[in-house]
Amino acid sequence: MQLARRLIVQALGALVVLGPVRALAAWNKGAFEAKNIADAMKSLGVSNAQESKDIQIRAPEIAENGAVVPIDITSNVPGTTAISVFIEKNPFPYTGTFDFSQGAEPYVHLRVKIGESSPVRVVVAAGGKYYTTAKEVKVTIGGCGG
Amino acid sequence: MAEPMKIRATLQGDVADVRVLMAHPMETGQRKDAAGKLVPLHFIQSITAQLNGKTVFAADVSQAVSRNPVFAFKVKGAKAGDKLSITWQDNTGDKRTDEVVIRAGS
Repeated sequence: MQLARRLIVQALGALVVLGPVRALAAWNKGAFEAKNIADAMKSLGVSNAQESKDIQIRAPEIAENGAVVPIDITSNVPGTTAISVFIEKNPFPYTGTFDFSQGAEPYVHLRVKIGESSPVRVVVAAGGKYYTTAKEVKVTIGGCGG
Repeated sequence: MAEPMKIRATLQGDVADVRVLMAHPMETGQRKDAAGKLVPLHFIQSITAQLNGKTVFAADVSQAVSRNPVFAFKVKGAKAGDKLSITWQDNTGDKRTDEVVIRAGS
């Protein structure tokens, strides 16, 4: 049963390779299993992301414990519908996408594991376009192995 | 069945400030147990929040989210007494839904 379910999940994952950043679609296995940020973005359909100063990332400059790094992201890009997070040097950089609708403000707080010092890159989807910025987080004790 | 979530939803003006704590190990598949064996991947993949039955916040996440995940988000136009429900589902198919009533701010 367990195995059958896994096979079905994998088959579904293989089908859902393309499509824009949308958490409402099936979990994007291709993007989540990509080992670098370029492949992850390709799987998500992100292209031509413009650098933007209208995205704020609040994260510690130096995180003592890479297992729990708090991040606050606010997008001031008008019409923001989704925020995606990538931790560039993690084994699987794509960390997730947050979708906002029906009055939800384009803000999210989350806590992540960061294996080694790395830029945290955020991609915002707004009006069919993509905007991006990044912030470097230094980690003294990694949070992935252990 | 997984432990209940802790959800706090408080109004600040007409914006509901929502904070949720989920009890989950969020295993990365890279950690070894005391016997030196890899602990299999086990993590929350999807999260949905509904305000009075309408989806306001949805997320797909990876195992890079910290153990016992905490998320916060804000929903404009919410009122005291509105119902907020949050559901998560993990990679083994386990799920959990909890509901709270939005409270007026202090």
